Amino acid sequence: MSQRIFILALEGVNKTFEGYKAISDLNFYMDPGELRVVIGPNGAGKSTMLDLITGRTRPDTGRIEFESKTDLTNSSEYQINRMGIGRKFQTPSVYVFHTVFENVLLSLKGARGVFASLVHRTSEQERRRIHEVLATVGLESRAGWKAGALSHGQKQWLEIGMLLAQDPKLLLVDEPAAGMTDEETHKTGELLLSLEGRHSILVIEHDMTFVRQLARKVTVLHQGNVLCEGTVDQVQNDERVKEVYLGRKKRDKQPLSC
Amino acid sequence: MKSWELRTAAVTAFVLLVVIPCLNVFTEPGFAFHVSDFTINLYGKYLCYAILAISVDFLWGYTGLLSLGQALFFSLGGYMMGMYLMRMIGDLGQYHKPIPDFLVFLGWSELPAFWRPFSSFPFAMSMACLIPGLLALVFGYLAFRSRIRGVYFSILTQALTYGACLLFFRNSLLLGGNNGFTDFKFVLGHDLRSPATQRGLFMATALALVLVYTGCRWLSRTKFGLVQRAIRDSENRVLFSGYAAANYKLFAFVVSALIASLGGVLYAPQVGIINPSEMAPEKSLEAVVWVAVGGRGTLIGPVIGAIGVNALKSWATRAYPDMWLLILGTLFVLVTIFLPKGIVGLAAHLRTFLRRRFKPRDGEGDCDTLATPAQEEPLVNPK
Repeated sequence: MSQRIFILALEGVNKTFEGYKAISDLNFYMDPGELRVVIGPNGAGKSTMLDLITGRTRPDTGRIEFESKTDLTNSSEYQINRMGIGRKFQTPSVYVFHTVFENVLLSLKGARGVFASLVHRTSEQERRRIHEVLATVGLESRAGWKAGALSHGQKQWLEIGMLLAQDPKLLLVDEPAAGMTDEETHKTGELLLSLEGRHSILVIEHDMTFVRQLARKVTVLHQGNVLCEGTVDQVQNDERVKEVYLGRKKRDKQPLSC
Repeated sequence: MKSWELRTAAVTAFVLLVVIPCLNVFTEPGFAFHVSDFTINLYGKYLCYAILAISVDFLWGYTGLLSLGQALFFSLGGYMMGMYLMRMIGDLGQYHKPIPDFLVFLGWSELPAFWRPFSSFPFAMSMACLIPGLLALVFGYLAFRSRIRGVYFSILTQALTYGACLLFFRNSLLLGGNNGFTDFKFVLGHDLRSPATQRGLFMATALALVLVYTGCRWLSRTKFGLVQRAIRDSENRVLFSGYAAANYKLFAFVVSALIASLGGVLYAPQVGIINPSEMAPEKSLEAVVWVAVGGRGTLIGPVIGAIGVNALKSWATRAYPDMWLLILGTLFVLVTIFLPKGIVGLAAHLRTFLRRRFKPRDGEGDCDTLATPAQEEPLVNPK
């Protein structure tokens, strides 16, 4: 048996919220450098899965392993982030009263302690790195703007930029295209594709056009469990998936009985 | 931080440290701009409140933590200074005993052990840092570790100050019970009744205020300040960026407790009394009103608010003694609804308005609403 290294492995993970089983015996594996898309209907447990990985909530049972060596289930959010896992939230979460430049500066890889922050001086190298990141996400001309003045799509890109500034090994991206125009969505897709290989990326998405654009291995979650895995076409042609997610067959539609 | 704010601060500092003391010393009572000894003493008190207000705003406006217990740290500073001042009375008290009167009254014939070192001014001052600082450290550690946020934090801090207030009312604590400490005579060998001493205390308070202001301004411009405000605006993002937000909040809480304590240290000798009613929850609430009225999230705002509201209070409590709390409440409601950025925000709006009115071609207004890109100098120059 070969010792295969996974960037992320969830094994037998369960999570119940007040009787509601959000995640049920979930097994999920991701290779280093992989770009993976996770889809699933509302309430399938996609965001809960990210919460479990990033330490926001703890699983009732099961293991979550990072790089096949570190168990994440007992670490807090900031410790997990420091190991090299960055998370982008569904709604853009940037510091609206800080400038775009400062937003990236705060995310830049480096010391995170209180006392380090008191004596910190932004070096030339850091400035260069910040402008590099801003160029990658197409916001270089907005460096001096308050982040609150950016459009919705720009805020999403800024947040992705903030993730890149941390130089994480694993990026968790929650519905990056939500609320974007088609053009913005396409640009976001290109941005994520350009990062493939350098970072492992896990994308949660609803928009099938966007999923097609990424065209990578897709995992379908349903009721907190993996329903199936495969290419976009495989997944889209899977009967079970059709049933639960990609538009239920007309004949199956039944009025809710309560 | 805008340059006009810095200029206002510099002018204010000059007036407080030089102009007012000079007007007090070198002019006669008949002169139109004469500043009386009474006024000096009164404004000395207001400046102590201004220091307290900055400590509230450092937490509320900059870190997003609304503490309703800052008056506790203020009072603790006052008590530490009070213990020193009580020792300086010597045997000049009513009972002519070498120990404070209230101890004689409680039947003590010699000083309790924990009182002894307070004859030393440096010891009293180190206690004024240590006790509020340690209390804030322990309380903050427990609160922030348990992720107590928002209104729960406010309620807990209020409960803390209320609990301390009840504790200090007890005579068995040997800190003067409900009367607290009063009848002070000397500070560092100077007679507290002499105008010169009061003027000195006023200047010391003004200097302390300037230093606190400068210190907080420096902090707000470091990366610490950036993280602090980031916690205020989006704590989750901060946590998921690898910062232990709890440590930052704890640091801010302790710093703010020390600032409040400094205000209290200077307050006791100028007002001549310190008692548990200073810890009552409404004292902390008043401080929050000063900050809201002056302008939250700025450093000059709390100073304007503390001095302005207290000047109003001393007028209103004479003119309409029964109405003060109603006036204060109304003021708070009106400011919250109509001036969310307080007096400072109003001033900024007026400036923008005047600029637009009289320089219609000059496109640059410095209205810092979200809709316009930041015009003010960024904290870190993006160039």
